[in-house]
Amino acid sequence: MGELKLMKGNEAIAEAAMRCGCDGYFGYPITPQSEIMETLMLAKPWETTGMVVLQAESEVASINMLYGGASCGKKVMTSSSSPGISLMLEGISYLAGAELPCLIVNVVRGGPGLGTIQPSQADYFQTTKGGGHGDYQVIALAPASVQEMNDFVGLGFDLAFKYRIPSLILTDGVIGQMMEKVIVAESKPRWTDAEIKKISGTWATTGKTKDRERHVITSLNLESEKQEIHNHHLQAKYREIEVNEVRFEEFQTKDAEYLYVAYGSSARICQKSVQLARAKGIKVGLLRPITVWPYPTVRLSELANQVKGMLAVEMSAGQMVYDVRLAANGKIPVSHFGRYGGVIPSPDEVLVAMEKFIKEGK
Amino acid sequence: MAAIEIKDIIKKENLVYGKTKILTDNIMHYCPGCSHGVIHKIVAEVIEELGIQEKTIGVSPVGCSVLAYNYLDIDWQQAAHGRAPALATATKRLLPDHYVFTYQGDGDLASIGTAEILHACNRGENITVIFVNNAIYGMTGGQMAPTTLMGMATATSPYGREAALHGYPLKITELIAQLPGVAYVTRQSVQTPAAVRKAKKAIKKGFENQDKKIGTSFIEIVSTCSSGWKLSPVDSNRWMEEHMFKFYPLGDLKDSERNSEEEYKKYIE
Amino acid sequence: MTEEIIIAGFGGQGVLSMGKILAYSGVMQNQEVTWMPSYGPEMRGGTANVTVIVSDERISSPIVHQYDTAIILNQQSMDKFEKTVKTGGILLFDPNGITHPPKRTDIKIFAIDGVEEATRMGNPKTFNMIVLGAYLKIKPVVKTENVEKGLRKSLPERHHKLIPMNIDAIKLGMEKVKEFSL
Repeated sequence: MGELKLMKGNEAIAEAAMRCGCDGYFGYPITPQSEIMETLMLAKPWETTGMVVLQAESEVASINMLYGGASCGKKVMTSSSSPGISLMLEGISYLAGAELPCLIVNVVRGGPGLGTIQPSQADYFQTTKGGGHGDYQVIALAPASVQEMNDFVGLGFDLAFKYRIPSLILTDGVIGQMMEKVIVAESKPRWTDAEIKKISGTWATTGKTKDRERHVITSLNLESEKQEIHNHHLQAKYREIEVNEVRFEEFQTKDAEYLYVAYGSSARICQKSVQLARAKGIKVGLLRPITVWPYPTVRLSELANQVKGMLAVEMSAGQMVYDVRLAANGKIPVSHFGRYGGVIPSPDEVLVAMEKFIKEGK
Repeated sequence: MAAIEIKDIIKKENLVYGKTKILTDNIMHYCPGCSHGVIHKIVAEVIEELGIQEKTIGVSPVGCSVLAYNYLDIDWQQAAHGRAPALATATKRLLPDHYVFTYQGDGDLASIGTAEILHACNRGENITVIFVNNAIYGMTGGQMAPTTLMGMATATSPYGREAALHGYPLKITELIAQLPGVAYVTRQSVQTPAAVRKAKKAIKKGFENQDKKIGTSFIEIVSTCSSGWKLSPVDSNRWMEEHMFKFYPLGDLKDSERNSEEEYKKYIE
Repeated sequence: MTEEIIIAGFGGQGVLSMGKILAYSGVMQNQEVTWMPSYGPEMRGGTANVTVIVSDERISSPIVHQYDTAIILNQQSMDKFEKTVKTGGILLFDPNGITHPPKRTDIKIFAIDGVEEATRMGNPKTFNMIVLGAYLKIKPVVKTENVEKGLRKSLPERHHKLIPMNIDAIKLGMEKVKEFSL
């Protein structure tokens, strides 16, 4: 078992990066996630593990540095917050198109525009429905605790390399700024050249040796038919991920008559609302998607045969609720409750929303 | 006396010139008279002569040379428009014993990618930048570039570039030469055999500088775009010599073997 | 046991670090903790607050809008948080700078002259530890020995020499806290 620490979510991301054998971090300061790069710069991992840490000139440069580093088969990551992620979307589309593994952390803040630096979950569409151009997906993990902030760095990289796809940690200022107990993993060394060759030797740009053809990392295909074939390949991969990698957690769903559906910090708030509801004798449960893409559609669809209604609770004007509705497929009423623009709902007002939903059936 | 047959001529001992093995046999898509073909060739020759094929990673841009990876037999990364220096930065930092270069046109490097090139050079990344400046957007059909000369007609400056409407041509190479992170800045061309030899020497120096870890090497090649300029290849070369060289004079702008710390002290004084 | 606390005052009063030490102390006695600060521009000289939850069980929401205890160190925070104390809960405040003292009758109210005592001790920086001591006297959620362990864990080695002084400040706070009557 690893060491027990009390850490901020953002610090846990940085610590986990150094411990999981990350080769490079490239980022640009933006509130509320700057502690990630600050923690790394303070720790100077280039002197210990050899990990590269670089403050780029912009988010645009950061994401393209990921493209360069990932092309070499290296474990590379960046972190930002909503406006910065918007700037990165072109690069994320390129990474997805060129099938490059990497890790992106979005500590979401309220928008649109410069918005607020306070927590929000209004980047759900951006994360799960593309954001950038073209038909692509990224694996999106939504931690609900500082422990998961730590754990999902390694998991994100594992999934990224398993499927040659960008992974994204979708979190917010609540989890990023909060301190909780964390058990940190034992440090793993960075991959050696031989390991990189074994893992990514069929495609990575590490220098063309005599024994192989040259490797070209590109998302360009000027012939439409070939580009369509490439898209077929991507879509097949996405279907495979949808089958294999859905992760979620259930809380008091066994006898639940009504269900909260919430991810990340909202799920923590809903958990308390479940307790408050149960104390009042209302049988409420919670399903927390851990992966918001791929989405736990199948399980929600089953639960739609059990519960009388589902309430999606998000710090947005209603984005994930569309996926809940698709899963419920008209079998039961599905509604949404949200506070947004940086406002965090209280467990009590989430309970009031559920009571209203139960009473009015919508 | 028997007639000389062709098979008697094609013999190893008679060979005076051969194509470098770094160039593939793919037929280039470049227009007749385009400078890219020659520049590709000399980059390939440099890689072969230095014996660094196994350690070289090229970063191609968006623009006519986006497909450079079809022609040089090395590992390539194809960058988003303007971002090649960001890719090269990470690649070089993660693989410091490799030779990393970007190959970029004027739209890619001096317009959309201005931030990336300036900051990569300012950080003194140990990479080589090959900047092909033909003062026009070739691939998209001859639109105005940041380096388009005053009065020059393009698809988006059909009445000629004028300052009030379009702003001035950007001497990005002069700008780059001011930065303490760069070791070597030069401007070359490839329209004559002599010019080609000089340009090749400059490119070679750019790659050799990566061993010395003295900062960025930046090689501009003033080039032609016969299609975009709507001139024959011969007329293009003449036009380039008459007009381009006046505004973009050839020669070294900076050549430093100096210690970068000292260089920096001088810069802040 | 679950204790939900808000600590609120000016930036620079040591609000966040008081919460951090409390959280560390909870960890030292194997409890679950969350520490959730307000963040952003308001940290720069304006008001600062932190929610600390110490519990024997897994903590659900790190965000609550009603508290078992509110520790209030300036008037703005009094205006904002007096009403958020649960019925039967505790409000602890430093009267220094408070123009409108708390008025609620359904909660227990305590006062600690933290600023004054810290000045008397000759080190204004011990202020937050005096207030923490006062709180721990009213509600001993963590043991003083675990606070010492927590300090040891949270402070960099070079500051360890300051730990005895901090412990003295906590003890002083325990001694000086008094029930406040309207």
